[in-house]
Amino acid sequence: MPQLFHRRSNTIARVSILAVVLLVTAGGWLLHASFWSPYMTKVNVPIEQPVPFSHEHHYGGLGIDCRYCHTSVEKSSFAGIPPTETCMTCHSQLYTDQPILAPVRESLATDTPMKWNRVHDLPDFVFFNHSIHVTKGIGCSTCHGQVQKMPLMWKVNTLYMKWCLDCHRDPAKYIRPREEVFNMSWLPPINQLAQGRKLVKDYHVNAKQLTDCSMCHR
Amino acid sequence: MPDDANKIADPESNDRNYVVSPLGYPARVLGPGETYETVTDKIATVVLKQPYPKGWWIGFGISFALLMLFLYAVTYLLYRGVGIWGINIPIAWGFAIINFVWWIGIGHAGTFISAILLLVMQKWRTSINRLTEAMTLFAVACAGMFPLLHLGRPWLFYWLIPYPDTMGLWPQFRSPLVWDVFAVSTYFTVSLIFWYAGLIPDLATLRDRAQTRGKQFFYGVLALGWRGSAKHWQRHQSAYLLLAGLATPLVLSVHSVVSFDFSVAIVPGWHSTIFPPYFVAGAIYSGFAMVLNIVIPLRKLYGLQSLVTMRHLNNMANIMLATGLMVSYGYLMEAFMAWYSGDIFEQYMMLNRAFGPYGWVFWLLMLCNVLIPQVLWSRHVRTTPILLFIVALFVNVGMWLERFVIVVTSLHRDFVPSVWRMYYPTVWDWATFIGSIGLFLTLLFLFIRFLPMISISEVRELVAEHEEVEK
Repeated sequence: MPQLFHRRSNTIARVSILAVVLLVTAGGWLLHASFWSPYMTKVNVPIEQPVPFSHEHHYGGLGIDCRYCHTSVEKSSFAGIPPTETCMTCHSQLYTDQPILAPVRESLATDTPMKWNRVHDLPDFVFFNHSIHVTKGIGCSTCHGQVQKMPLMWKVNTLYMKWCLDCHRDPAKYIRPREEVFNMSWLPPINQLAQGRKLVKDYHVNAKQLTDCSMCHR
Repeated sequence: MPDDANKIADPESNDRNYVVSPLGYPARVLGPGETYETVTDKIATVVLKQPYPKGWWIGFGISFALLMLFLYAVTYLLYRGVGIWGINIPIAWGFAIINFVWWIGIGHAGTFISAILLLVMQKWRTSINRLTEAMTLFAVACAGMFPLLHLGRPWLFYWLIPYPDTMGLWPQFRSPLVWDVFAVSTYFTVSLIFWYAGLIPDLATLRDRAQTRGKQFFYGVLALGWRGSAKHWQRHQSAYLLLAGLATPLVLSVHSVVSFDFSVAIVPGWHSTIFPPYFVAGAIYSGFAMVLNIVIPLRKLYGLQSLVTMRHLNNMANIMLATGLMVSYGYLMEAFMAWYSGDIFEQYMMLNRAFGPYGWVFWLLMLCNVLIPQVLWSRHVRTTPILLFIVALFVNVGMWLERFVIVVTSLHRDFVPSVWRMYYPTVWDWATFIGSIGLFLTLLFLFIRFLPMISISEVRELVAEHEEVEK
């Protein structure tokens, strides 16, 4: 009777032990890497829009305040996407014949809102509120990044729960004086932690409560 | 060796005129006339013989049908959610948790037999350890499924495992439910490795005896190149002992952790310090009942009475009686503590158990678990397979009822009467439960079909030490 297994089976068997370890490690790494890759997170991936609206131009260049368009950011959970009429406060006079703005004009003519593609989209079971963050000294740029340098909008943060909790566990790391909230170029000072702790206290941020499940999931 | 070829030819004779010890108990762990050849032949033939006996096909067919019922019930559960079960608030733990505890308890006899009895050198474990280890694995597989199905969104079960997730959360390590995850998964892993390590020499035997190329290859790969050299044996034995040492604490720890699921909560009827030992005793109790329920028909079907002898049955019946008495003591202490605590909620819990709407379950449990097993004091019952089989069935039912009493009657009336409610299992509860028995039996039948259900190498060791064993 011939041998059941060739001599090389011994080597294959030994190598397979190593291979299993490598495969499991590589599999784990692959899962982790793909979950944190821009492909999944969309971080630093510019999102196409029907009209290539540039925050760089409108805010960075012209200096229009955030709240001119995002009117409800201080009062409501939703910061607000401007109606076409807001665009038309300028664009009824400026670049009125530019083909690039045709969808905006059509939107006004047919009285149908623009269909922007959402950049920052949280799951429906998260109840995020802009007004409380803005009021308690969390600046726009902490989450949205240097908007004044973005020709098209993109995310600079994953918006994963881990990212939310990073601040909710210790808001002193990110909190800034209220008057700096809308300053996109604000950078944390050297004594951020000390100043942050003071601000957390002054603004009555109950840091213990911030990690309660019901804070964001109701 | 008192060889007698006729005795092997008729395996039934082992059940009639077996050798007894001076005290009148069955003495031999091996039927007369067993030699190296007969042992290997008998066990390997069960796997390699073609065609397969009709009894196997009937058993497998029924089990497979039940498995399909299980798949059907689980599919509908995944589609509709746990609302198809009878659970409600406050009885959020229904059949799923009862079945979980029941199955995981059953597994414990396997580990007890294979690990603890190995360490204390009980030779009689040898003929039944393989089968009971397999039973452990399959029971744990059934058990592990229920908490996951009970989650509501089972596809997120991996949230129970600590891993670097995108949520920045760890499981709640203060919760016994998380300890459960570790206890059960450790238990499964250790049992699997222990079982497989024991199988290796036998797989090599099957490889060498297999007639077709396919079978030779199948068993050859599984045997991991076992050649039976002295070095192989020496390493195998020390690895096996080490694994037994690892598995031993699990017999006690796994079901203790399961009992913490209850006793850490403050619900009257759960919040009790006696739970861990009482659960472990109950687990071994039901486990041995299940072993008897499996072994008695199998030895008959395959004529293995000279390998799994009357002494095995008698010993297992003895353990069942002992653990049964421990469990009865647990019931007694629960009642005593309810009275002695002076706590009205505890006292009401006990009264409600016995005389409330589920009182009939409690009395049925007392009948199955406390009263009926007392017949095991009789040597006649312990050495009559059919009677033993019936008693074991009662114990299995009784242990399931015990978990029903603990889970449902404790939850349905706790501190606040305004939230008292009844629990009625639905057809889906029953389908999942009965279906899980199908899963268990299907795995068991496949195991008998493809792997040696008795350890060939270890029983051959017994043959070698025959003289000594007989004493």
